[in-house]
Amino acid sequence: MNLKPATLQQIDEVITHYPVKRSAALPLLHLVQEDAGWISPEAMEWIAQKLGLQPINVYELVTFYPMFRQKPIGRRHIKVCRTLSCALTGGYKVCEQFQREFGCHTGGVSADGEVTVDFVECLASCGTGPVVMIDDDLHEKVDAAKVKALSDQIRTAASGRPAP
Amino acid sequence: MPAPQQRRLIFAHIDEPGYSNDLACYLRHGGYAVMKQAFARKPEELIDEVKKSGLRGRGGAGFPCGVKWTLVDRKSGKPIYLIVNADESEPGTFKDRCIIHQDPHQLIEGTMISCFANNVKQAYIYIRGEMPHGARILEKAIAEARAANLVGQNILGSNYSCEIYVHRGAGAYICGEETGLIESLEGKRAHPRIKPPYFPAVLGLYQCPTIVNNVETLCHVKHIADMGGEAYTKIGTPNNTGTRIFCVSGHVQRPGHYEFECGRITLGQLLNDVCGGPRPGRTFKAVIPGGSSAKIMRFGERYKGKRKVGAEMVDYDWGVEDVPMDFDSLGMIGTMGGSGGVIVMDDSVNMVEALANINAFYSHESCGQCTPCREGSLWMKKITTRMVHGDAREQDAALLKGVADQIPGRTICAFGEACSWPTQSFLAKFGDEFKNYHEMKKTAAPSAAPLI
Repeated sequence: MNLKPATLQQIDEVITHYPVKRSAALPLLHLVQEDAGWISPEAMEWIAQKLGLQPINVYELVTFYPMFRQKPIGRRHIKVCRTLSCALTGGYKVCEQFQREFGCHTGGVSADGEVTVDFVECLASCGTGPVVMIDDDLHEKVDAAKVKALSDQIRTAASGRPAP
Repeated sequence: MPAPQQRRLIFAHIDEPGYSNDLACYLRHGGYAVMKQAFARKPEELIDEVKKSGLRGRGGAGFPCGVKWTLVDRKSGKPIYLIVNADESEPGTFKDRCIIHQDPHQLIEGTMISCFANNVKQAYIYIRGEMPHGARILEKAIAEARAANLVGQNILGSNYSCEIYVHRGAGAYICGEETGLIESLEGKRAHPRIKPPYFPAVLGLYQCPTIVNNVETLCHVKHIADMGGEAYTKIGTPNNTGTRIFCVSGHVQRPGHYEFECGRITLGQLLNDVCGGPRPGRTFKAVIPGGSSAKIMRFGERYKGKRKVGAEMVDYDWGVEDVPMDFDSLGMIGTMGGSGGVIVMDDSVNMVEALANINAFYSHESCGQCTPCREGSLWMKKITTRMVHGDAREQDAALLKGVADQIPGRTICAFGEACSWPTQSFLAKFGDEFKNYHEMKKTAAPSAAPLI
């Protein structure tokens, strides 16, 4: 595993929060995913060893909790809320429009590797629907014009990034 | 009758210009003074205040908080844990998000008072994974409180020590169920535990006595410790004490969060006066009053029966608009106050499509442990989705009911009820719409807002 020193430090710290090491499994998965972008089989084995578990004990978490990913996604992650209050105010159209903007299907990655659009369950901001999370940030009352503006922002940020 | 004024107890500073979520601001507004006073009292006295207050849990079930605390096994010699349930996931509910983002120290103070009352040395805040900023805000707030000796070792020289850590979930609704949450906090899949024997008060986290309370509930504890249990009962109505935060979403002019004395406002006042009524040119069709699993109410229907007012039994004959928004009244008419999430639908909504949306949620969120729930929620989703996107048949209504009726009471946790109540109540209230859907579909224009 090739994790950043800061991540390794956070991992060692978070394990001390619990009297039983296994409790740190979810925090470690979050930290590894934030660092590496996804959870590889190697990462699961590494976490298992770190916590004195079998790899299956970590694998079963990755397959159970929707936020953990077993493959890489785009650099930017757009999550549109699918659940009732957002759907009533236009969530399905918002999701469709984001997919058209970046030419990708739910869960897939856009051709330039920049964006993944997911249609997720309730984001707990039902009063300001439709809501969308882009990476860690929540955007409220997203209509067609706002989808366009957010998509343009994402493209601008991408074009400003040096080519790999 | 016009709606009463809001009574902002928990939301006193929510959306207040200039109020920030740091410790300095909280202290300027008298923060942690209640905790300091509470630490000078006997823990049993504080538990008595909460019992006297009649405080009912704000997460969904409305179980009396004082009773929950009384059930804790204090003789086992094992440590007692307290877990703050900040997994706010019931569709329609968005109150805890406001508290965490805008007034985190109120939650920490309420938590510390509750920990002190119950001799808890270690608390965890289990926050849903989809609130990364919320988790960071809480971590920063706890660090500030720790640096000011308000959390941690020998708090303010009281000889009492208690630590709080933030624990992030990862997108699973079932972690809001308290035993599922405990499994998740132990680093496992969030499979709820069977009760008996695994009552958290006796065999909770690491098989130790554990208290799991909702964010809003713990904030109320702070105010109860402040004003006393007796004074708190003067807010709200008997057996439904205190204030309630209502989160209104869907088809109203002014959706949002509003705090009122429990039972002092009717559903009609809330939706029409407070939230501005239906959108222009529309009328209300249905409302779910307590999170998406609560049974739906149909505008135009009437609820009749007898209820207790003081010592007397009196008749009631209510329309949807007349129902007081408290635990008991909503329970009496066959639904529930649940988590306070009020989802409103107007006459543009087709109920088959709305149910298909809800069913897709519950099917996605079933933990998969019990067959009736795993399979039942999946088939209810498949049937309603097929009705919308494929062929709908007249007999689908009976088929759906047949599936839904086989789930509740046959599962380890209340998710079985939560996933079947929508289907059961939609069919009971809008049965014709389901039976006629196959005909209606042939001529209907596509919906402006697809729901599935």
